[in-house]
Amino acid sequence: MTVLSIHNLNVTFSTEGGDLHALKDVSFEVPERRIVGIVGESGCGKSTLINAILGLLADNGRVSGGEMMFQGRDLSRLSPREMTALRGPQIATVFQDPMGALNPVISVGRQMTNIQYRSGLSNAEKAERAVAMLRRVRIPDPEAALARFPHQFSGGMKQRIAIAMALMMEPALLIADEPTTALDATLEVATIELLQELQAQIGCSVLFISHHLGVIAELCEDVVVMYAGEVVERGTTRQVFNSPRHPYTERLLDCDPARQSSRTRQLPTIPGEIPDLRARPPGCIFAPRCHRRAPVCDTPPPDEAVQDGHKARCHMVTP
Amino acid sequence: MILSVRDLQVSFPVGRLMNRSAILGVAGVSFDIAAGETFALVGESGSGKTTLARAVNLLQPISAGEITFDGKRIDGLKGAATKPLRREMAMMFQDPVGSLSPRVQVRDIVTEPFRVHGVEADLRAEADRLLSLVGLSGDFANRFPHQLSGGQARRVGVARAIALNPKLIIADEPTAGLDVSVQGEVLNLLNDLRERLGLAMLIITHNLHVVHHVADRMAVMYLGRFVETGETEAIFQAPAHPYTAALLSANPEPDPDKAKDRISLPAEVPSLLARPTGCEFHTRCPWAQSRCGTEAPAAQGTDRRIACHFPLSPGARPPAVQETAS
Ligand SMILES: Nc1ncnc2c1ncn2[C@@H]1O[C@H](COP(=O)(O)OP(=O)(O)OP(=O)(O)O)[C@@H](O)[C@H]1O
Ligand SMILES: Nc1ncnc2c1ncn2[C@@H]1O[C@H](COP(=O)(O)OP(=O)(O)OP(=O)(O)O)[C@@H](O)[C@H]1O
Ligand code: SF4
Ligand code: SF4
Ligand SMILES: [Mg+2]
Ligand SMILES: [Mg+2]
Repeated sequence: MTVLSIHNLNVTFSTEGGDLHALKDVSFEVPERRIVGIVGESGCGKSTLINAILGLLADNGRVSGGEMMFQGRDLSRLSPREMTALRGPQIATVFQDPMGALNPVISVGRQMTNIQYRSGLSNAEKAERAVAMLRRVRIPDPEAALARFPHQFSGGMKQRIAIAMALMMEPALLIADEPTTALDATLEVATIELLQELQAQIGCSVLFISHHLGVIAELCEDVVVMYAGEVVERGTTRQVFNSPRHPYTERLLDCDPARQSSRTRQLPTIPGEIPDLRARPPGCIFAPRCHRRAPVCDTPPPDEAVQDGHKARCHMVTP
Repeated sequence: MILSVRDLQVSFPVGRLMNRSAILGVAGVSFDIAAGETFALVGESGSGKTTLARAVNLLQPISAGEITFDGKRIDGLKGAATKPLRREMAMMFQDPVGSLSPRVQVRDIVTEPFRVHGVEADLRAEADRLLSLVGLSGDFANRFPHQLSGGQARRVGVARAIALNPKLIIADEPTAGLDVSVQGEVLNLLNDLRERLGLAMLIITHNLHVVHHVADRMAVMYLGRFVETGETEAIFQAPAHPYTAALLSANPEPDPDKAKDRISLPAEVPSLLARPTGCEFHTRCPWAQSRCGTEAPAAQGTDRRIACHFPLSPGARPPAVQETAS
């Protein structure tokens, strides 16, 4: 079973210089009870993808093609009202800054009971669930924590509270956009372990975005690699990290300072820039920066299957 | 030394009228940065890294200590007297988009230091030069902050920081939220400027892989104090303070099959309102002994300083783990 199935999704922003094609023919699936990671260059469209799924694209943006099937319904065809009903209870989110999810002037307890307004539970039951959830995310002394305000918690604890609130309604899908970027390494690891544990208990799926390849390797079972608004490779994390097939993925993994065994001041990079998304080339989008480019690359590459579930969008890939 | 900091403290008032008190965000730290040197500050979220950086940049009043920049005492400088300093010491903030005003074009953002400091220049040409230095094409000059991706916004922040060729850059999480390639570009760019202009850098980051590669020396912060300082390579080879060891062991590696050998800590971070007695890390330290709860360890050493009664020998494992293993 898949929880979310994105098929040929296109998103366009209208800008002064013309239409900017931020997502082009994006396809991937988030299976039930699985953690799927998304990696890719800054500006490759990860946040745009999430905003499209959540129905929160900026005013100048629109879904210009494709579908996003969530529990049998195409999200791009739902009314704003239907989307509002889905966001939270069905599709929950956690972002880099936990204060985006927390109201600074309302106690944690009030906020955690407020989000249960559709549950039909009594106030006492709601408070009980809030305490149980805070205990699950290992907030010390959870009963007392209900009366406290967000600023009275450390950054790591605020992020745990944000995760508790997101998972409170047992959503089918949790979308996490760089939730550990602002945390130190020990808290980052603790937060990953926590997410893994809660995901297993609740049985939800997770779509997890991070630039930290180590975190992706540790947390995610599947990974989707994006470049300039396209999915260039996808597969299990082992497939993609251990035997990357798309040249962009190879280069990206090579750039991780964690893979440089000896100390170096000159870190590897991928020369060149993402092309202007207002004028996409007809052939392969990575061609201007690709070390394996050949004449055939001036035509659009196929989405070639490498093996079971492992695909790369490149002319040079053979099964 | 381009920067010398001695016994620096920053306190914040907390509580309301009746039970007003203060917490120490930075509780007495000392360090030096030489010209051309890169010094990294790592440590727990909330340990005071940003507060320390802001204090050094005089954006945050200090409650005790001395700051000497380029041979001159600068703590206590106020208002207009701080202006020349801001040319020489540039700050790159943690939150790139938040630190950019939404209605101002990129062109004006990167050339703002010229206007603030009344430096005559061809601003159009300077904007193009700075943008190309950070790898953005000229058409970005006309964009507004909300039209930038996270990475693009960060490069704009670097461009502005280097606009007037400062002597010291204080970079708070300069690459958080960047992909590894752009992160490499930003760090190489800063390194380039360091080599060409003798730029010194104080860099704050949670990315330990980055610290390992770019920092000459580093300090590890816990509850507003330095628990360990020294040469980066030496600390990575053999962390001596238990908190450092736990922090370095938590570093996630980009290899799905890599075995994890972590020193895990209890999640509860002590409150600054009720600092633990003795060694402030004893409530979470796997190696703590009875003496640690009562007696505060003083930092020992010169080049390598460690604030612990029982510094670790290389490769030490927490006592409990050794028991289960045998
Ligand atoms: N409202 C908008 N109007 C015009 N262009 C936009 C808008 N929002 C995003 N873009 C552009 O769309 C592309 C994708 O941006 P997006 O924020 O989705 O990237 P990202 O992958 O999340 O990047 P990062 O990793 O840096 O957060 C970028 O080129 C960006 O400049
Ligand atoms: N204006 C303020 N008033 C009261 N307390 C403050 C203020 N600013 C910071 N603090 C507190 O001082 C401590 C240090 O905060 P600081 O932001 O310097 O930490 P940090 O090490 O930069 O953390 P992170 O890694 O999460 O960015 C924290 O406990 C914080 O809550
Ligand atoms: S299609 Fe050609 S240019 Fe594109 S990634 Fe493959 S080899 Fe490189
Ligand atoms: S002094 Fe004791 S409690 Fe503190 S770090 Fe050292 S061993 Fe741990
Ligand atoms: Mg983003
Ligand atoms: Mg900080």
